[in-house]
Amino acid sequence: MDFHFNEAEKKFRAEVEEFILEEMLPGYADKDLYWPGGYGAIGEFEVRDPAVEKLREKMGERGWLTMAWPKEYGGGGRSFVEQAIFFELLSYYGMPGMDVSTLISGPTILRFGSEELKSEWIPRIVKGNLKFWLAYSEPNAGSDLAAIQARADIDGDDLIVNGQKIWGSGAHVADCGWMVARTDMAAPPYKGTSLFIVDNKSPGITMRPIVNINGFHSFNEVFFDNVRVPKKNVVGDMNMGFYYLMVALDFERLVISMGGFRRRFEDLLNYTRNTRRNGKLLSEDARVRAKLAQLATEIEIAFLLYYKTAWMMDNNLFPNIEASEIKLVTTLLSRKLADAGMEIMGQQAQLWPGSRHAPLSGRFAVGYLDSISAVIGAGTSEIQRNILAQRGLGLKRK
Amino acid sequence: MDLGLNEEQEMLKKSAKEFLSKECPKKLVRELDEGDSGLSRDLWKKMAGLGWMGLPFPEKFGGNGGTLLDLIVLLDEMGYNIVPGPFFATVVLAGFTLMEAGSEEQKQAYLAKICSGEMIMTLALTELDGTYLPESVETVAEAKGDQYILNGAKLFVPDANVADFLLVAARTKSGADPAEGISIFIVDVKSRGVKVTPLKTLGRDKLCEVVFDNVTIPSKDLVGKLNGGWPVIKSILRKAAVAKCAEMVGGAQASLDMAVSYAKERVQFGRPIGAFQAIQHYCANMVTDVDGSRFITYKAAWTESEGLPSDLEISMAKAWTSEAFKRVAVLAHQIFGAIGFTMDHDMHLYFRRAKAGEIAYGDADFHREIVAAQLGL
Amino acid sequence: MDFRFTAEEEAFRKEVQAWVKAAIPQRWRELPTGFWQETDESWQISRQFQKKLGSRGWLAPAYPVEYGGAGLGHIKRLILAEELTYQDAPVGIETEITVNWVGMALQHFGSEQQKKDYLTRIAKGDIVFCLGYSEPNAGSDLASLQTRAVEKGDDYIINGQKIWCSYAHFADYCWLGAVTDPELPKHRNMSMFVVDMKNPGITIRPLINAIGCHSFNEVFFDEVHTPAASLVGVKNNGWFQLAMALDFERSGVQTAAANKLLLDHMVNYAKANKRGGKLLSKDPILRNMIAEMAIEIEVARMLCYRIAWIYSKGGHSNYESSQAMVFGSELLRRISDAGMRVLGQYGQLAYGSQRAVERAAMCRSYIASLSIGVGGGTNEIQRNIIAMRGLGLPRK
Repeated sequence: MDFHFNEAEKKFRAEVEEFILEEMLPGYADKDLYWPGGYGAIGEFEVRDPAVEKLREKMGERGWLTMAWPKEYGGGGRSFVEQAIFFELLSYYGMPGMDVSTLISGPTILRFGSEELKSEWIPRIVKGNLKFWLAYSEPNAGSDLAAIQARADIDGDDLIVNGQKIWGSGAHVADCGWMVARTDMAAPPYKGTSLFIVDNKSPGITMRPIVNINGFHSFNEVFFDNVRVPKKNVVGDMNMGFYYLMVALDFERLVISMGGFRRRFEDLLNYTRNTRRNGKLLSEDARVRAKLAQLATEIEIAFLLYYKTAWMMDNNLFPNIEASEIKLVTTLLSRKLADAGMEIMGQQAQLWPGSRHAPLSGRFAVGYLDSISAVIGAGTSEIQRNILAQRGLGLKRK
Repeated sequence: MDLGLNEEQEMLKKSAKEFLSKECPKKLVRELDEGDSGLSRDLWKKMAGLGWMGLPFPEKFGGNGGTLLDLIVLLDEMGYNIVPGPFFATVVLAGFTLMEAGSEEQKQAYLAKICSGEMIMTLALTELDGTYLPESVETVAEAKGDQYILNGAKLFVPDANVADFLLVAARTKSGADPAEGISIFIVDVKSRGVKVTPLKTLGRDKLCEVVFDNVTIPSKDLVGKLNGGWPVIKSILRKAAVAKCAEMVGGAQASLDMAVSYAKERVQFGRPIGAFQAIQHYCANMVTDVDGSRFITYKAAWTESEGLPSDLEISMAKAWTSEAFKRVAVLAHQIFGAIGFTMDHDMHLYFRRAKAGEIAYGDADFHREIVAAQLGL
Repeated sequence: MDFRFTAEEEAFRKEVQAWVKAAIPQRWRELPTGFWQETDESWQISRQFQKKLGSRGWLAPAYPVEYGGAGLGHIKRLILAEELTYQDAPVGIETEITVNWVGMALQHFGSEQQKKDYLTRIAKGDIVFCLGYSEPNAGSDLASLQTRAVEKGDDYIINGQKIWCSYAHFADYCWLGAVTDPELPKHRNMSMFVVDMKNPGITIRPLINAIGCHSFNEVFFDEVHTPAASLVGVKNNGWFQLAMALDFERSGVQTAAANKLLLDHMVNYAKANKRGGKLLSKDPILRNMIAEMAIEIEVARMLCYRIAWIYSKGGHSNYESSQAMVFGSELLRRISDAGMRVLGQYGQLAYGSQRAVERAAMCRSYIASLSIGVGGGTNEIQRNIIAMRGLGLPRK
């Protein structure tokens, strides 16, 4: 065992840090209210910012967005640990860059897609300017994804898609949907579902915005009315989509804004060092210290899990159980960090961004609301616990 | 021992429930939450018509002659419906202060108008550090002839944006003991030098910053004894804490009711999610938090109503209920899943109030420290 | 509302306190006591004390006077139960089971003869019942029990195995659930019996619990004959009777009082002891934690008082008993954990150790509290009851 980063990794960390400090969009990190673990305050899910696009292209040029992919598909020949370092730093500095296409759809296509599908989509993903949204949930299929009713019927070389999706974070600013629908109504869902890519510009798609409790428009209801999708857009084999979906969900659960946790914690720590209450620094208050120490410990645990999953990928082990574990741990941490921060900041904590006296730009207030979404999105904590118990520990389903 | 409400209280509860479900629908709550003033004059008038503003005050000022406990019953229902507006500030903060320390003339001039619903008032106590300790009162009122000149800034003042008058805690003497030398004044919001700025908050209740810049106050507007304000404030904070608990109990009950009825309807994996043990156990925990909060709150209110020493009971209630409502609201959100994370859903209205209520009048840590002291630690 | 006790009730509390103080033998104060910690010696002391209680009608105060009860009202019974535990009197789980579970069931479902035979003796403290419910494969899922009782002439012949039977090695009778008609569906196939533990064919094997005490037992029934008249209530109706028994008043105030005792213990310790040169009571973290425990005890006590109050008004509790049980039992764990933190290194010293604090009460409670919330229906099952009976959540 060796918990150190090696020299190459340290060098890479320094290189990324230098790049970030140089290329950081002015004011972006201050304005962006993203809360680690949350889904509801991600700027990129709300609007498409040309400056962000350009930045992502720059990262794409360096091969960084897909650095751990095989070289023949535009990968950078780097390790997953290095990729983890990259995303840790991006999220630490509040830089955009983590994305559905590079982290969820791309890896799933590489794993299951045909060569034709790969050659069509992978180069665009590598460049960093293709945005996907996740078309999974439906009004009656949330935790129970097998209950989806959207259907795609074969018509010559096309699929005709009908149905409704919900949540779809950032659908309104994305290029393509990453969608599951029933393709064999007679078969059980896990044998009759397919995964495919649907162009947002296809006729027959209508979207209705849903505003989340932070006041962000990130969610959407999306309706499909006889939407034509070329059959070649199907990922892997027809009717095997449910299986691919499970893997794509694992990829999603592995996306952790590790640096974001550390950054927000450091903000809080500095706040307590600079804020007096009743003449005493908050950092000298025993109860505040205990809360901070507890958070620091849990962040350390998350940090170790985070790098463990990267290390597993580098060693050709797929972190399936670990994906649920890290998802569960970090999303609960998302809540605890916001909760403890609010408790420490007292009255001021409730001040919303924009208020003159709001501490730390009101980020913790937003995070307090946003962390509600953390423990729900990408499979609720209850679903993760079921997975851990059943797949991880071998407890029976029935 | 009698752990039930009396007949009048049951009637009050029932009529409040009926009235509020009709007159204070969530649509109105949202409008007021999202708007600037937080006040519906129409609703205010109707509530005054029912005599709610005068519920705990003597009949000779136009009140109903009820007890704090009666008010708690009402606030429980108001919390259930998360009724926005300056009722709490006017009745609990200002009304009780006037009742306890005001002169006969002041009661006639102000309390009577509170009872009739003609006047909105609030208490400006906390300052920049947001604590409820006497040290934090730095706003100064300097005697000058038969006037006082007020300078300073207050923060987190509820509903000052719609108040007609403020009760302001200010320092009139500085000395070794910070609790000595605080006095309470009535200040007309329209006075020269008073500036009120609403703050944007997570709870979307209307907390304000109030700045006093050489505001002139006539001596007759001193409430209670000169330099003797802190004991009054302490007593008001006790009542405010338990009153806030009552609102939170109602909010927790509503969160539970909403989550339970959703758990019965929402079908996943071929059955209502309420049939899954994970959800059942969440609900069992929630109802225990709700019941526990209600008992500990009502006991505290009863103790205060009876004129018995109530520091321990009230601090226990506030410490417990602050955290219990938060636990209940978080679990309710967990049961609702993504739909509860949308602005159009009602759940977040309660989640926001839970946080605001937790912070108001001393959070759990603050009150546990009082409990520890009461245990002789 | 009125959260006070009446002057008469307060006087009763004083009377109980004074009586109990005088009635507890000094030796009891030297022994490690508490649930699931009985020894031969502590058992004997308990039995004698319970006979004394019985002679005042206070062992089974809810029973009609003609059966040896005191005919006390609900509130006074609450006070009595609270004080007995809070004064650390020698009454334990055996009292709860014998008097409140078995005795109450006999009152409701027993024949006149059974009432005559057992109730007075229970109320006098002359006999003790152990429970014969759980089996190796029937724990939370009690309906899966397999012990059989077959009618033969004037007798039933019992075969099977029971487990987790607390103090069975001391008990006079077993309150046994056995299948009387295996053809019938679960929940309609079981009957309740009073089985004399002296019957031939009963073998008891001790199970040593986590505290190191012999309280649990496995009890084997091999061709045990019990008279047909020892069946209680209606044949095959045992489940219904068991379900009804859930509705008997059970305030659970004993657990709240036990919690209070532990709280006093940690408060006293914190006030009197220093760590790092500083009084523990001045440590902000410990103050916060102890205060939290005091608040939770207040909540627990209110949940228990509510049950007594509901019955005093002629009502019945629904989910409230489960609620008080879950909350009180889990609080015992939290309090023991908090107490161990207050005591620090000293907390780990076992009974008999030099420098052990207060007969190592905290240490013993820390371990014993593991079993609370497991016996008598796990807290998971209790939560299901709260959700389904209390909140109307669906079973399926």
